[in-house]
Amino acid sequence: MSKPKKKPPVFDVDATLDTAKILVCTGSGGVGKTTTAAALALRGAERGRRTVVLTIDPAKRLAQSMGLTELDNTPRRVEGADSAKGGSLDAMMLDMKRTFDEIVVTHAEPGKAEAILENPFYQALSSSFAGTQEYMAMEKLGQLKATGDYDLIVVDTPPTRSALDFLDAPDRMTTFLDGRMIRLLLAPAKAGGKAYFRVVSTGFGVITNVLTKIIGAQFLQDVSQFIGALETMFGGFRERAQATYDLLKAPGTAFVVVAAPERDALREASYFVERLAEEHMPLAGLVVNRVHRSNGSHLGAERSVAAAESLEESGGGHELASAVLRLHADRVALSAREKHLQERFSGAHPGVPVVEVAALPGDVHDLDGLRAVGHDLAAGTAAAVPA
Amino acid sequence: MADFPEARLHVVSGKGGTGKTTVAAALALALASGGKRVLLIEVEGRQGIAQLFDTPPLPYEERKVAVATDGGDVYALAIDPEDALLDYLHMFYRLSRTGVAARTLRRVGAIEFATTIAPGLRDVLLTGKVKEAVVRKNSQGAHVYDAVVLDAPPTGRIARFLNISHEIGGLAKVGPLKSQSDGVMAVLRSPVTAVHLVTLLEEMPVQETIDGVADLEAIGLPVGGVVVNAVRAPLLAPADLLAAEQSTLDRAALAAGLEKAGLDAPQALVDSLVAEATDHAVRVALEERGRDALGALQRHSYELPQLPDTVDLAGLYELAGLLREQGMA
Repeated sequence: MSKPKKKPPVFDVDATLDTAKILVCTGSGGVGKTTTAAALALRGAERGRRTVVLTIDPAKRLAQSMGLTELDNTPRRVEGADSAKGGSLDAMMLDMKRTFDEIVVTHAEPGKAEAILENPFYQALSSSFAGTQEYMAMEKLGQLKATGDYDLIVVDTPPTRSALDFLDAPDRMTTFLDGRMIRLLLAPAKAGGKAYFRVVSTGFGVITNVLTKIIGAQFLQDVSQFIGALETMFGGFRERAQATYDLLKAPGTAFVVVAAPERDALREASYFVERLAEEHMPLAGLVVNRVHRSNGSHLGAERSVAAAESLEESGGGHELASAVLRLHADRVALSAREKHLQERFSGAHPGVPVVEVAALPGDVHDLDGLRAVGHDLAAGTAAAVPA
Repeated sequence: MADFPEARLHVVSGKGGTGKTTVAAALALALASGGKRVLLIEVEGRQGIAQLFDTPPLPYEERKVAVATDGGDVYALAIDPEDALLDYLHMFYRLSRTGVAARTLRRVGAIEFATTIAPGLRDVLLTGKVKEAVVRKNSQGAHVYDAVVLDAPPTGRIARFLNISHEIGGLAKVGPLKSQSDGVMAVLRSPVTAVHLVTLLEEMPVQETIDGVADLEAIGLPVGGVVVNAVRAPLLAPADLLAAEQSTLDRAALAAGLEKAGLDAPQALVDSLVAEATDHAVRVALEERGRDALGALQRHSYELPQLPDTVDLAGLYELAGLLREQGMA
């Protein structure tokens, strides 16, 4: 079976930056998602848009380069972004717990907020529930959107094992809040503590017994108190989860899938692209980071190695040339391997626009570095379309 | 003598993208070599082990996936939190896994609730199952597994994942969950456990490794070794590396060498070869800095090469051999 090696469409990053209202950067861990989000945001700002980038867990030095010295959950102006075209760049780091606390304070009935904030179950849930980070990132996105201060919001997604978790989080939260389990746990809060075990029906009696055995009565009581206090907010939670979910489907929102030219990262990217299609969510394109290119590619790997060998056999004197030739051969081979993996992706997803970013020897930790990445991101189209 | 003679539970963590699953699998093969029985466990539901060993997705069941060099078996298990909970109920409360109660628990979403919503509980169940495999004995009173290797969550979450008694402590001060978590914690804090961190010689993974070691030490968990993965040997001689980094590489000598080798050496080719050499030199210098920073941790350290292709079974055996040579197993 032979597949035509048609080149995928080029991801026109600048066009996306000029028109999108929300850009969500997703991808598996370790592919340079945060850097890509920051570089996109800086480029958007310098192209004239009032931009904010919401980062989740930036490397310390990258955060510092954007003036983010503390996790204070408020967008701060990034000094040093060129505002000549009328744009600006704000950046913020997500403080998951504080975002959750704010929701509680805003939406709980008067007097109930404190009880919720002090509940040990809440404290654990707000800082460690798998999915809280994703949910809170979505929540923050909704808040930033609601301010109306920004033309473009760029969101970095949490470093989950799977990029899909981000999409599943709001639904999981809603399912949790709608679940029968919650209603079961609400019973004691309503009936008043210990009456719980008498009130519940026999079918549930088995379960509560088991739950008490596993979890312990104190724990169960904390949970049910928490849920009881939270009940007034449920409607709000559900609506908000739905609203953010809708926001992700709204015109002006686009997903940028980030990957490295490696098997696992591209497989994750594949899953995510398929999922977006299922959910009817718009995909702007795929960014393949850390691509190794070779300019002298007309000199192939085999010829290069053969040349190095002939130099080594001829008795020395050309160690530099032979080492450089071997280096080149490695580079060409790596480049070919990466290209093959990318072709496999594009073969399976022929319509997905792709842009490559060259591998940098070091990490990016200043605005110039981000600008250079941004330039690289846009260069795919610049090269394809003569000016 | 291996570097961790007492360890029977090897926890392998690392920043995403550093190859921790590969290292965990290679370590399991290395530990099994010479007739041992080793269990390799994954807990994140990604079926990474099955992919590496080229087997169908793993069920919640211990299955032999490979035979080590000189005999020895590697078994694999993918722990699913829901099954772990039913297992736990079965073990401690004799609750049938398929009975009415289990079904009802599933139906009302109690399992979902308990395993994904109740914070910490999920981790207690997962680590609880790992601990059970570590301490399990056969009818002769010998350990069923000589060693257990856990492909653990990434460095950013590892301390929290393993510090279950803290996570649970605030919620369940007494009761079965508390005693379960205490039992797990006792094993995790003992010399039976060694937590290894996998890294690359890149800035962020190195920094996360250093932070990870500090986090683990702070909560009293035994830090094992640092495995530096995907190492590429520098190809240029030290003087040439320096010259390349400073853009003072001897272009004439290079061009002469290319001609001697029978290649055309147009300016453009020399330019691109010099650019590649410079990239290489900058990377090598950064890697050296990373290596120094890791050295300051004063931990056992192991290096694994970048394999030319995607890691397959043959590659795993090669890596396992290298870990043995370096004394990790």
